[in-house]
Amino acid sequence: MDPRDILFGRVREALGRKIGQKPLPPPEPLLRIRSEPAASKLEIFRNALESLSGTVTVAPEVAGVREAVEKLLNGRTAIASNNPFLAKCGIPDISGVTSGIRDSAELRNACVTAGVGITGAYCLLADTGTIVLRATPEEPRLISLLPPVHIAVVHQDRLLTNLDEMLSMIPRPVNASSAMVFITGPSRTGDIEQFLVRGVHGPGAVHAVIVSGKNPPE
Amino acid sequence: MSAPEPAIRKTLADANLQLAIYNNTGRFKENRRKAVAPEKLPEYQKLRSQAAAVKRHTLDFLDVYLMQLEAAVTANGGKIVWASTGQEAADFILNLAKERGHNLIVKSKSMTSEEIHLNERLIEHELEAVETDLGEYILQLAGQRPFHIVAPAIHLTRDDVADLFTEKLGIERDTVIENQAMTARRVLREKFMAAGIGITGANFLIADSGAVVIVENEGNARLTHSAPKIHIAIAGIEKLIPRMRDLGVFLDLLGRSASGQPLTSYTSIVSGPRREGELDGPEEFYVVLLDSGRTKVLADSQKRESLQCIRCGACLNTCPVYRKIGGHNYPWVYSGPIGKIITPQFQGREKDPWLPFASSLCGACAEVCPVKIDIPGILLQLRREHSESPQGSEERTMFRRWAWLMRRPRIYSFAAKIGLGFLGRKPNSWLKRVPWPANRGPLVAWLAERDFPAPPPKSFRDLWKERRR
Ligand code: SF4
Repeated sequence: MDPRDILFGRVREALGRKIGQKPLPPPEPLLRIRSEPAASKLEIFRNALESLSGTVTVAPEVAGVREAVEKLLNGRTAIASNNPFLAKCGIPDISGVTSGIRDSAELRNACVTAGVGITGAYCLLADTGTIVLRATPEEPRLISLLPPVHIAVVHQDRLLTNLDEMLSMIPRPVNASSAMVFITGPSRTGDIEQFLVRGVHGPGAVHAVIVSGKNPPE
Repeated sequence: MSAPEPAIRKTLADANLQLAIYNNTGRFKENRRKAVAPEKLPEYQKLRSQAAAVKRHTLDFLDVYLMQLEAAVTANGGKIVWASTGQEAADFILNLAKERGHNLIVKSKSMTSEEIHLNERLIEHELEAVETDLGEYILQLAGQRPFHIVAPAIHLTRDDVADLFTEKLGIERDTVIENQAMTARRVLREKFMAAGIGITGANFLIADSGAVVIVENEGNARLTHSAPKIHIAIAGIEKLIPRMRDLGVFLDLLGRSASGQPLTSYTSIVSGPRREGELDGPEEFYVVLLDSGRTKVLADSQKRESLQCIRCGACLNTCPVYRKIGGHNYPWVYSGPIGKIITPQFQGREKDPWLPFASSLCGACAEVCPVKIDIPGILLQLRREHSESPQGSEERTMFRRWAWLMRRPRIYSFAAKIGLGFLGRKPNSWLKRVPWPANRGPLVAWLAERDFPAPPPKSFRDLWKERRR
């Protein structure tokens, strides 16, 4: 017999249910959505991320992003994703920044050697200080993962209060990407004597650069 | 029915180990308490009720949600593998590794894979399976099993790790914890970049989306599901939740209950292989769904709630027994209160009949459980089942004799006099040993850890008689 049928047979027998028998409706989802003014959302996000030793820089407009990122890079080399928002902010023009990679092997190598990875972000979640990324052709997984430092550049429009608000906007995030990651501060471990070490596998430093002001069309 | 006494005594006598367990669980416990306090999380009790109700509902209609998950995973381009036993799960992975020609496998922390001894099975077939969570990596080098379901290596110190790294990696002895972590980063980074297969566990499986949710702090799970060509997620069938919109409640509870974190550093929602045009991510994606005893638990509608567990570890950190005897004195990989209730149900009562009895039923575990599992209640049921089973015959006989005696006051009073004659009547003293001829079996064991007040000069019955005169 097929392993699938065996397992379903066991489950149905255990529950005393027949094939095709309708379930009761599940409990209503408990969604916690509140409205929060943009300024206080920004403060909540800043406090949450800074308490995890991440940093938050606000650039008043797209033109200010380049300067902010240059300051964070402080001479280190970086790899930037092909997210159009980064191009709009002039990130690829910064010296020492590699971008425009369209080849898998090349991407891997660049991520292994770069000092910093620069990405956009799908959105930010203020309550937890979380940067939400999703894997797309423009936004690969490894840029925010392999280099020891991660910088995410994102417009303030994308600052939400929490996960429930995000899910009320996109109930099926899996439609758009096969990998969504919530990044909440740097990589950390306490596995030896509960002593906190940052950067054990992922980036040890995380910086959010938030662009306020009007978001010019692409 | 007896506990593995010598091993437990050794743990109790090891002052350093006692301190390590006490401090580590104490910190987790305190962090949890602060994180769910009303000032921080006013809706905590509401979240618990919701999580318990959602989990219970999912289990009650698990066939439906398994079908939903299967349809969604398939639609996303992944594949479900159904495994009735650990052997079947391991065989699938072995065959896939052989077919695709991959010898190196990286793994992120998964209690489910520990449960089925996946590493041992893979290594037996000359595959290299490397644990990448720092604690798990250390344990793999040491050849030990997890001491705690969330923080696997809390029993080891920086000195232990230094010795281990020197011995196994051939590096100079270094007791600085940062350096030790960076050594692991360096060694394991090479493995990540060379591995053909990455195996993760799953904290949740989301039926309506066909997604696997993986929660972690180090980033090793992200590397495991992002870098290799193949990603395999292995999970028990009880890990399902119905909808993506249920996730918020569970994430809010899991991190806080485990370590006091509102959200851990990384939460990955993975739902299939890389898509058209992507430069990285796995090319193949499998979800191995494991029964291995779970349907047995499912069949008992009273004890079914044991499967609601989200493996947060809060019950271990708060348990006065776990905090003394540690994780290695439990018979299976799941230790603490949750281990106590699922070991006999998954593995059979015979595995260790004493287990449900090694509890004072203080109820601390049920109080902290984020999905409201009535652990003490389930322990009582397991005790009842034991006493009704053939192994419980000694106990049944004893209580039957006791009941017979209690119903016959004259014989009782006569027997009591004889018994007391042996024990002696010394007021305000304590019995530490049972005198002959009662010095046998359970009585001796019972008094080995406890003192019993010596009987008073006059029994209650005597006093009562005098008063009535
Ligand atoms: S039984 Fe409850 S407290 Fe214990 S690990 Fe499971 S979810 Fe956490």
